[in-house]
Amino acid sequence: MSHLPTLLWHELRVLFVSASTYIAAILALVMMGFFYYFTIIQLVAADQESPPGELFFSTFWVPVLLVVPMLTMKSIAEERRLGTLQTLLTTSVSAGEVVLSKFLAAYIFYIVVWLAALAFPLIAAQVLSQDGIRDLLLDPGPLLGGYAFVFLTGALFIAVGIFSSSLTRSQLVAGMLTFSITFLLIIGVMALQLLNLSSEAEVLAAPALSYLQIFNHFEDFIRGVVDTRPVIYYLSGTALVLGLAVLSVEARI
Amino acid sequence: MPSYVQSIVAEGLCKSYGGHHAIRDLSFSVNRGEVVGFLGPNGAGKSTTMQILTGLLEATSGEAYVAGYAVARNPAAVKRAIGYMPENNPLPEEMRVREYLRHRARLKGLDRRTTRSRVEEVLDLCDLQRKAARKLIRSLSKGFRQRVGIADAIIGRPEVTILDEPTIGLDPHQVLVMRRLVERIREHTTILLSSHILAEVEISCDRVLILSQGRLVAAGTPTELRREFIRNHRYIAEVRGESAALRREVAAVHAELAVTRVGEPDEDGFYSAEIECPLAEDFAEPLLQRLHACPALRLRALARRQPSLEDIFLAATKRSWELEMNGSVTQTAQSGSAA
Repeated sequence: MSHLPTLLWHELRVLFVSASTYIAAILALVMMGFFYYFTIIQLVAADQESPPGELFFSTFWVPVLLVVPMLTMKSIAEERRLGTLQTLLTTSVSAGEVVLSKFLAAYIFYIVVWLAALAFPLIAAQVLSQDGIRDLLLDPGPLLGGYAFVFLTGALFIAVGIFSSSLTRSQLVAGMLTFSITFLLIIGVMALQLLNLSSEAEVLAAPALSYLQIFNHFEDFIRGVVDTRPVIYYLSGTALVLGLAVLSVEARI
Repeated sequence: MPSYVQSIVAEGLCKSYGGHHAIRDLSFSVNRGEVVGFLGPNGAGKSTTMQILTGLLEATSGEAYVAGYAVARNPAAVKRAIGYMPENNPLPEEMRVREYLRHRARLKGLDRRTTRSRVEEVLDLCDLQRKAARKLIRSLSKGFRQRVGIADAIIGRPEVTILDEPTIGLDPHQVLVMRRLVERIREHTTILLSSHILAEVEISCDRVLILSQGRLVAAGTPTELRREFIRNHRYIAEVRGESAALRREVAAVHAELAVTRVGEPDEDGFYSAEIECPLAEDFAEPLLQRLHACPALRLRALARRQPSLEDIFLAATKRSWELEMNGSVTQTAQSGSAA
């Protein structure tokens, strides 16, 4: 892993000078801004059971579905199309270092985009100066829980994006694949739970489906419940998907 | 590092994809400090062999050694000892030349201080100093891109430099620049290069390896290959006088000599004639004396036409095809009689 810092620095530079990265970031922030605006409107119109942080983070999947494919689709697919992946692997750099550097760079940018969204509650708290609302907006519990959830799930989603990009030479195919897998991860389990399964199958599948249900984990995180099971799920899932990406890079130079 | 005399050794290399054999039982060696040209028609297996040597592809069977290290058992050491420019020379379009070379130098294990000086060194060696070094790679011409590719290949001071088609798509001027570049870098490294420009290979390389249908069909210096593959001699004479007299005089030197082509006479009445001799013996001197002494003819020039590498290439690959064809015909006949 001696080349990882050099590769990571290069990948960050590529991401930070690429126009598509900024387009993705701006679009995501505009979208998040709208969601936050509607959260505030709801808060002002009537008393809400959930704090504004929870309402805002419950829409996490919309910017995720937009940002993750745009951040990751180019990473390996473009290098494979240009042939620079082959040149890279003629040095003593390993496929693992390549995949990990691309993952870390995209993940750092993903974190930066979400941290930029922290500006919304700060600005809102400045504008809405009533004490009650201000405390509600800056309540650290939901904010910390929401960010922990977004960062943890983000690792898995970014890994899925990198893996999809390693499977093809086409950025478009990689983007569509990332969108589909991420969509299935977020919505698919919920859809399965809605199916009318036979009672036996339901007994067998219910704990597994509940374990994979991302929205269930979201509620735990936002209420400050630290359960190690989802943490293990996301971290092991990330490691597994990145491992598959390494195999894909090694197999199809 | 193990001591070695031969920078590259290939022993019975085979690579097959499904039922297709890309290379078959390929054995050759390249001595330290040599520049060797790798020739072959498209699909002959040149790029596959180069990729096996760099560790990018695994051979189905056989063994390859680079700088004394076995490629299959010690790929990391081989990658450190090798500088490779792949076919089509892929480069990141959005990076500047100097910045790209610095990045590559760091990946090849050079420390920060060495990187800085080495990058300037290779920029200078490859004539990329000043403006070109600051340019975005996407804005470079083909010739400059090839130079960047070579600069990248040699930046880690490799023991062995492998260049896959470094002259492809270059104009004659750029080919000349590339030739000078190969001349300059050969002091520091062993070079294996493939090219379609055979005249270029003949000028730049000490030895030539010719591949056809995945097999090595010829290996040696251009002179050795001429001796092996081109048995006949050709002479070009510029003469004035009747062609019948020329034919008579040529036949008088040796019965096997024949005039094969007679050109149009120029304004002074001289025409060029091609004389072919199927024997290995050289008849240049008796031919010159005979034609000079003949009163019916006036001889202005007589030159022995040196067979080009292209002739050797065609002869070597044609022979391998014929052998292949004969092999498959014999096989078919045997299976027919067995049935």
